[in-house]
Amino acid sequence: MNGPAVRIERVSKSYGGVRALIDVSVEVPQGACVALVGESGSGKTTLLRCINRLVPFDAGCIAVFGTDVMRSEPVALRRAIGYVPQDGGLLPHWRVRRNVALVPWLDGAADATVRADRAMAAVGLEPAMAERWPHELSGGQQQRAAVARAVAGGQSLVLLDEPFGALDAIARSDLQAMLIALRQTTTLTLVLVTHDLHEAFRLATNVVVMRAGRVEQHAPPADIRRTPATPYVRALLARAGVEAA
Amino acid sequence: MRAFAAACLAGLLLLPNGESSPAKAQSAADGDAQAAPAAPSKQTRPVVVASKPFGESYLLAEMFAQVLESRGIPVDRRPGLGATEVALAALRSGAIDVYPEYTGTGLLAVLHAAPMHDAAAVFDTVQRAFEQQWGIRWLPPLGFENTYAIAVRAGTAGRYGLRTLSDLARVAPKLHAGLTPDFIGRADGLPGLAHAYGLHFASVRPLNQALKYRALAAGKVDVVDGYSTDGSIARYGLVVLEDDRHFFPPYQAAALVGARLQRDDPAAVTALTELSGRLSAPVMRALNQRVEVGGESVSAVAASALASLDLTHKSAATAAPPGAARESFLAYLWQRRAVLWKDTLRHLLLVAVPLLAGIVAGVPLALWLERRRRAAEPVIRAVGVLQTIPSIALLAIMIPLLGVGVWPALVALWLYSLYPIVRGTFTAVRDADPSAVAAGRALGMTPAQVLRWVRTPLAAPGIMAGIRTAAVIDVGTATLAAFIGAGGLGDPIATGLALNDTRLILSGAIPAALLALLVDALLAGVEWFTTPEPLRAAARERLRDR
Repeated sequence: MNGPAVRIERVSKSYGGVRALIDVSVEVPQGACVALVGESGSGKTTLLRCINRLVPFDAGCIAVFGTDVMRSEPVALRRAIGYVPQDGGLLPHWRVRRNVALVPWLDGAADATVRADRAMAAVGLEPAMAERWPHELSGGQQQRAAVARAVAGGQSLVLLDEPFGALDAIARSDLQAMLIALRQTTTLTLVLVTHDLHEAFRLATNVVVMRAGRVEQHAPPADIRRTPATPYVRALLARAGVEAA
Repeated sequence: MRAFAAACLAGLLLLPNGESSPAKAQSAADGDAQAAPAAPSKQTRPVVVASKPFGESYLLAEMFAQVLESRGIPVDRRPGLGATEVALAALRSGAIDVYPEYTGTGLLAVLHAAPMHDAAAVFDTVQRAFEQQWGIRWLPPLGFENTYAIAVRAGTAGRYGLRTLSDLARVAPKLHAGLTPDFIGRADGLPGLAHAYGLHFASVRPLNQALKYRALAAGKVDVVDGYSTDGSIARYGLVVLEDDRHFFPPYQAAALVGARLQRDDPAAVTALTELSGRLSAPVMRALNQRVEVGGESVSAVAASALASLDLTHKSAATAAPPGAARESFLAYLWQRRAVLWKDTLRHLLLVAVPLLAGIVAGVPLALWLERRRRAAEPVIRAVGVLQTIPSIALLAIMIPLLGVGVWPALVALWLYSLYPIVRGTFTAVRDADPSAVAAGRALGMTPAQVLRWVRTPLAAPGIMAGIRTAAVIDVGTATLAAFIGAGGLGDPIATGLALNDTRLILSGAIPAALLALLVDALLAGVEWFTTPEPLRAAARERLRDR
């Protein structure tokens, strides 16, 4: 299977009269980490949620590992794709291990707990955390658990929606390092929504700059720094204090 | 079987002529008490004798019952059905066979006819209308009227020479009246009276039923309204002023007999008719006083009254002597422990069964509505409308469908428990931790799995809050079930209210209040148990923050 992990072709989406996505096309190669960046309302989160059909899009086509998502059953599709929400979204009434084991458990895997423990080790969560309640974990630990949950089912594609947005600078940096390490030891494909250009440039192999429902520029970080495609991208870089290379 | 046959034979021999000695009748009844049918009737069940929830009605019903029993006719007592609409509905549906009623009430409250002032005309009107509409028969009046009465102290009457309401009108501007709020308001009360007699008091104070006689006796007011057979009139030696212009409609008391009894048991009807014309207003007032003021038991007073009228031969030997030394409240409760225990168990039944049925119906309904949000509000609002029906009205609605007794009460209480359970469950499930719900969905839970594993457990405290509300409502509302003959702790409350017996009221009200606390505490335990552990910790922290 050598095609892209995700192929988004001319996808449009309106909420009432508001056009959230206009003819968006993006390709995510396997093993890549694509960051969707832009201001609030640029459509980056909507685009992310179209991939696992949390948001039904109006037109266009999205294929995941070569299969049209509209031909997949939504529940099966979502189980096959990892997902990390901004606030972690751990179920507060389940202990950490059970949270991490969610997807394999839903799939009826006999070794769900073993997979959960393995995933926790991969994201650097100590085994002692497994028996804790989510509210007993720090914010950074909760996000690690959320990432572990997103990969414990053996998913090879993970969607992350501003996963570290609510963390302090140190925890965020630690989590970014964890994600980089995770990509080095696995063949994960990541699609990451962030409003933090530094984070995008640190983690991503490709950056998609979005503005008002359209793709403003789609290129590797170095290219964007070197040659911003539009004045908007240049302004965005300047505002974020990212130096042009 | 042999005993049954013997009883039948005894019935055949003893009952029709009504002259058998009470000793023989008693022994026959003892032989097979409940089964002895009163030949030649086609009686298949005891005669159900009911009353409305006030003292005089209790007393008259008890007299009906004892008259029937003295003739060997088995009786089932259902006193305290509250009030006219419930008792009449029960009579129309055949759930009860006879209860005492007043012709004026039949005319005004049931038929909504224009007031009439001739007693015979009123009787004829209600007699004809009830017979035509429902086949219900008014037996000839018992002999007294219980109409509105305007009373003054004997001293006041003497000083101003008051005998009639016309006399009163003359001096009314010097007098202060204490009237029940009901009387002050209704057209056939003070406004009509003032118009008919040109009556204008120096002042009119609203006073409640229980206080007005005491206020009059203490000289706080000079004139009160009451009922002409109130026991307090005799107790305080008050003078009832004659309604010389016949403003108040006549309220003759009479036995109201349902169609079933007329058809199946003419002997019982004949026996009841023997009371007609035998009770005068002074006699009734004295009897009411013995019950309401003297604290004698209804059955003892009824027995001695019937004996003195030569209608039974029962002695009043069982009656407690009037004015017997009163024991302490605790001793009183202890003495009533068997009845209280039975009432409490019945009350628990009246709470537990509707509540469980409410949970079984309400929680799944709310969970189903969570999946069909568009239907939710209309459905929940429709359930809420049930809640707005006054309890007595809802109970009354149940009677034609389910008769009197425990079934209509169970159904009515069940309907009352639904709204808090459905609303509480729906709201709690709908508003369950949105981020957990979103995560469950995003990671591939089906909507049913989200409901089962995320929404419902997180909603547990809210669901339990609804159930606890329903339980406490049920404990309280179940006390009203006594008014449709369902028993429970409402029984002593209703009887105590009717007989002006505070200790009896408290002997029902205090256990009911304790039961409400106990049930709520029990359910608080269930809530703790069903709430996921980390949410308990959160609740504890919230408590500490206060």
